[in-house]
Amino acid sequence: MIRFLSRRILSGVLTLFAISGVMFLLFYVAPNDPAATIAGPQATNDQIDQVRARLGLDMPILERYWLFITGLFQGDLGYSYFNKEPVLDSLVRRLPATASLALGGLVVALALGVTIGIGAARKPGSWRDKLGTTFVLTGLSVPTFVAGLILLYVFFYLLTVMGLTFFPAAGYVPFTENPFEWARHLILPWITVGFVAAATYARLVRSQLVSVMGEDYIRTARSKGIREGRVVYRHGMRNVLTPVVTQISLDFAVLMGGLVVTERIFGINGIGRLAIDSVNRGDQPVIIGAMLLASLFVVIASILVDLAYAMLDSRVRVK
Amino acid sequence: MPEPTVDPVVNETPDEPNAAQVARSGNEVAARSPFQLVWTRLRRDPTAMVSASVILLVIIAAIAAPLIAAWVGHGPDEQFRKEGLTPSGLPTGPNEEFLLGADNLGRDLFVRLIYGAQLSLIVAFVATVGALGIGTLVGMTAGFMRGKVDTVLTWLMDTTLSLPQLLFAISLVSLVGPSFGTTVIVIILFSWAPIARVVRGQTLSIREREFVEAARSLGASNWRIMRVDVLPNLVVPILVYGTLLIPQAIVFEATLSFLGLGVLPPTATWGNMLAAASTGSMYTIAWWMLVFPSAALLSVTLAFNLLGDSVRDALDPRQTLFAKKRRVKKLKTKEIAK
Repeated sequence: MIRFLSRRILSGVLTLFAISGVMFLLFYVAPNDPAATIAGPQATNDQIDQVRARLGLDMPILERYWLFITGLFQGDLGYSYFNKEPVLDSLVRRLPATASLALGGLVVALALGVTIGIGAARKPGSWRDKLGTTFVLTGLSVPTFVAGLILLYVFFYLLTVMGLTFFPAAGYVPFTENPFEWARHLILPWITVGFVAAATYARLVRSQLVSVMGEDYIRTARSKGIREGRVVYRHGMRNVLTPVVTQISLDFAVLMGGLVVTERIFGINGIGRLAIDSVNRGDQPVIIGAMLLASLFVVIASILVDLAYAMLDSRVRVK
Repeated sequence: MPEPTVDPVVNETPDEPNAAQVARSGNEVAARSPFQLVWTRLRRDPTAMVSASVILLVIIAAIAAPLIAAWVGHGPDEQFRKEGLTPSGLPTGPNEEFLLGADNLGRDLFVRLIYGAQLSLIVAFVATVGALGIGTLVGMTAGFMRGKVDTVLTWLMDTTLSLPQLLFAISLVSLVGPSFGTTVIVIILFSWAPIARVVRGQTLSIREREFVEAARSLGASNWRIMRVDVLPNLVVPILVYGTLLIPQAIVFEATLSFLGLGVLPPTATWGNMLAAASTGSMYTIAWWMLVFPSAALLSVTLAFNLLGDSVRDALDPRQTLFAKKRRVKKLKTKEIAK
């Protein structure tokens, strides 16, 4: 177990290392010059050179990369070109908002997706199944930002016009400050992230459960007189969980894209918003930091999923 | 080299009478190509026909965009600050002059919507063709060569698939600057991997088939075998994935444009039209700026997804076969019970 874990962590670290190298190289060969961006359009060449020297951009590439990597191991991701704040600090400060959104969105996605998938699979071809298929196709077709804008229009604007102000338009309240306000501000963003992601799970659970319910051991369970509900949830779902867990790890990267868009629409000051702002400002250290953090989460998620396998499926042996 | 073009299974579906029946009824046996068979099945599928009509309509509108603009009398980027805006500077809603209303700069929403369709479709088609080309080439090479080449290419696919796509896309855009070309390239860069994976899997099984062995024993080169023997057998998965990739590319482009990192204004795209609706909560005073582009985007992606599903069903009638098999099984159990 420990050997398995350490090997997975090592390969994860290598992946992150490769990504950091590629990112660094890409930004080095980029045609745009951050020094010129920061100095402003009216700056003279002298001023641009000064900015370049101050940021350390005039050093050779290898030296800069070495400084970057050694800094990384000390938890130092450099400083923002824009407001000179340490990159790690601004990332950590925004992490709670993004994590709240991501976890809540995932819970909504799983709850919606699994419920609809089971409902559809229990009676294939019924009206419930057709409704489920419609849900899946809509979810797969609708872009996250359209879902978010429509939710905002209906549940914030139309309700407010009718005199029912429950959902706020935008913003984020930390959980530690006021848990109720935290949830109230996040309900619409959660649904936005969850609705789009739920479609994949609904389709997966439906197709897997339909095929599992045709297996011999399900017939055996039924012939023993076990209630249908118990057959579905205890015997059938047990074997559907493994592909669902795989899907979570595959979806994790996609989910992050949804977060970027949702944060922008609902005015949540999270990491996705920071990434977009930094892209618009040409703030390279922050962009690299945000990418690395996102990749770190993807790597951690895939390790956790491998561990979950071993727990869910006794046939999987961890070597 | 005898090579079955049509799976024998195909003749068992109830749609097409099998050869023996046709011969008995005295009619001449007309050979049907696989595409004819698929077409017959698709034509009987109402969902496929409706979605195909929607797509066709949008394509015609997109091609006729300049004509429509001339007919309405409004250019896509023309601002009508007098007619399109109220004296206080707010956009006017749908009326006779502006069929779907005007936007915040007094531009005709209807004309912009059609020009947006043109752009969405062009980006989606170019990106899809590019991604299919790269995906097929990489997947086929990996599956056919196996060994070290396969290891490297598979690693490349897995890494691409596990990257947080949108985040990497926006950081790439930040490097080269947003434009039409950047958008297409970014979409291709993040879309080829799933196709490559599917193609690789198919190639792995095809390369073990007898006709590949036959070709090799005749001294055909690897390149020739891949081109002549393997590629034609990959057409079905490539076609299905292509239809399903188009809506994804449309959504990708719209998302990038919405974030201001795709095709830049004033060029009309559905994404930046929706961005205009969301900036400063414009949609609260002009619902048409939100509703019409959203409806256009949703109906086109939905139509492509539905058509993709139908094409897959038509190309792969195994689902009907499964139903048949089960029926046969049940009959047998009944007979045994007797």
